[in-house]
Amino acid sequence: MAESWRRSQWRNGLFALPFLVTFAAFLVFPLIWGFWLSLHKVDLFGPGRFVGFDNYVKVLRDPQFRQALLNTLIFVATTVPTLVALGLFLALALNHLTRATAFLRGLFFASSVLSVTIVTLIWRIVFIPNDGLIALVFDHLGWAQIGFLSTKGWSLFSVGVATVWWCIGLPMMLFLAALQQIPVDHYEAAALDNANRWRVLTRITLPAIRRTVLLVAIIQVVMQFQLFGQAQLMTNGGPAGSSRPLVMYIYEVGFIRWEVGRAAAASEILFLIILCAAMIQYVVATRNQEGV
Amino acid sequence: MAPRTYRPEALNTSKGLFVLACLLAVVAMAPIAWIVGLSLKDNKALMLGTEAVFALPYTLANYVNLIGSSQVFGWFFNSLVVAVGETVGVLVLSSLAGYAFGRLEFPFRRTLFVLVLFGLAVPEQAVIIARHQMFNWLGWHNTHLGLIVPGLTSAFGVFLMTQFFRAIPKEIDEAALLDNTPPFRLFWRVMLPLTLPAQATLGIFTFLHAWNDYWWPLISATKKEMFTLTVGIASSQTNFAQSEGLGFLSAQAVFASLPVVIVYILFQRHIVTAVSGGAVK
Repeated sequence: MAESWRRSQWRNGLFALPFLVTFAAFLVFPLIWGFWLSLHKVDLFGPGRFVGFDNYVKVLRDPQFRQALLNTLIFVATTVPTLVALGLFLALALNHLTRATAFLRGLFFASSVLSVTIVTLIWRIVFIPNDGLIALVFDHLGWAQIGFLSTKGWSLFSVGVATVWWCIGLPMMLFLAALQQIPVDHYEAAALDNANRWRVLTRITLPAIRRTVLLVAIIQVVMQFQLFGQAQLMTNGGPAGSSRPLVMYIYEVGFIRWEVGRAAAASEILFLIILCAAMIQYVVATRNQEGV
Repeated sequence: MAPRTYRPEALNTSKGLFVLACLLAVVAMAPIAWIVGLSLKDNKALMLGTEAVFALPYTLANYVNLIGSSQVFGWFFNSLVVAVGETVGVLVLSSLAGYAFGRLEFPFRRTLFVLVLFGLAVPEQAVIIARHQMFNWLGWHNTHLGLIVPGLTSAFGVFLMTQFFRAIPKEIDEAALLDNTPPFRLFWRVMLPLTLPAQATLGIFTFLHAWNDYWWPLISATKKEMFTLTVGIASSQTNFAQSEGLGFLSAQAVFASLPVVIVYILFQRHIVTAVSGGAVK
């Protein structure tokens, strides 16, 4: 066998070079440069002086940042369980493949292919006071009108509703894939015992897909932590910052107030949070592959 | 999938769950129906009350007006250039790199691959400030190139293609070895055609991702004529409902979503695979 050809050669690395150069120049370098920026007082007119972790301290003390962090945590803590539960429900309801369930799967997934601007445009028109779809329904039922996008407490909720509507397809599909993997013989014993549906669900189905549940939850945590477009376009973070998420804080500090160093520090904090979640995801995903 | 000759009763979906799912589908589709309905109504009629949507007459005037406003087409063109450019770029870079990582040996291969995998965990927001400065120096803001390049750093494509190249049976290289085929010809003539399904998945995923991207174009494309469709649609929402009318805005939403909806209907299976695969990585 002419193994000589297979041996390690610099030349073989040329295939990877175009990507590696792009990757280094436009991802690795900005990542390092961003960290450097976060340690400096920088504004629009170029790099400034070294300030150590001053930017981080200022960001962590900024009430706007704290509120944005809290908003993001509330948002993640409410949308992620909703997406997991609803996704699991849809997967269970549509697991048995027929023409009708295939159609419904396609329907529930369809919103995922829309861009955030279309999703928010749709939901803003649904939520507008007096004229929106929800307002019409409330009117019809004789309920008091609510300014969904302009009331504290409701604004983040409304952003969450649009987000769940937008993102539900992926959890459903991942759960469907996991349900298909459960060996049929697991259910045969249950059938012999005449177990009812609830017992089958809690004793067989859920334990069998518990890693997928975890995986879906982490994927969604990573995604929802990056909330930006929905909040920016539907409520602009308002009223009074009650629906401003972390990424929007970074955007405003960096590209509206042009406090570059401080925005860089805030983005490093976000990166750290997401990195932790992604690491957990990686561990779960690799364990998942080994397990099956 | 294994043949299932025996299906326990408990495995079948209950009718109750299915009915509930149908009801949910109606609720989920209501916003879409609402927008399509509004887009077919005269703006003045809607001013008096949006209940008008449930009654005749309907009109295509909003769509005609949309075609009249050339801006939307400029944005559409920008989105198309960016999405196609990014897709082609990602396919080329990922295939080459995937071949190298998946089938060849070279110094530091493992280290570099781990570094690339690490790239999967870097969110765009973490590099945005530095990237913005960098593109400032390069003078790439408000150019198509500037909108395309950040998407080319996606490690997901490399990861996917590496997996795919690895899965190709060894016998194929061995046959080529006997002929003394040089690596690039082997890649181009033999390996690449075998990866077409993965190319389709990655291509669709990248196209959709680029077409729908909002974050980078919002920051990089500040000139109105360089907006992509997502940013353009967002910018025209600012004086919401006052200036243009609900019917016109709705028509804009429908028009802007048409390309992806058509692509979705045509390639539903691929898209579901691509998006699900993209999430699990």
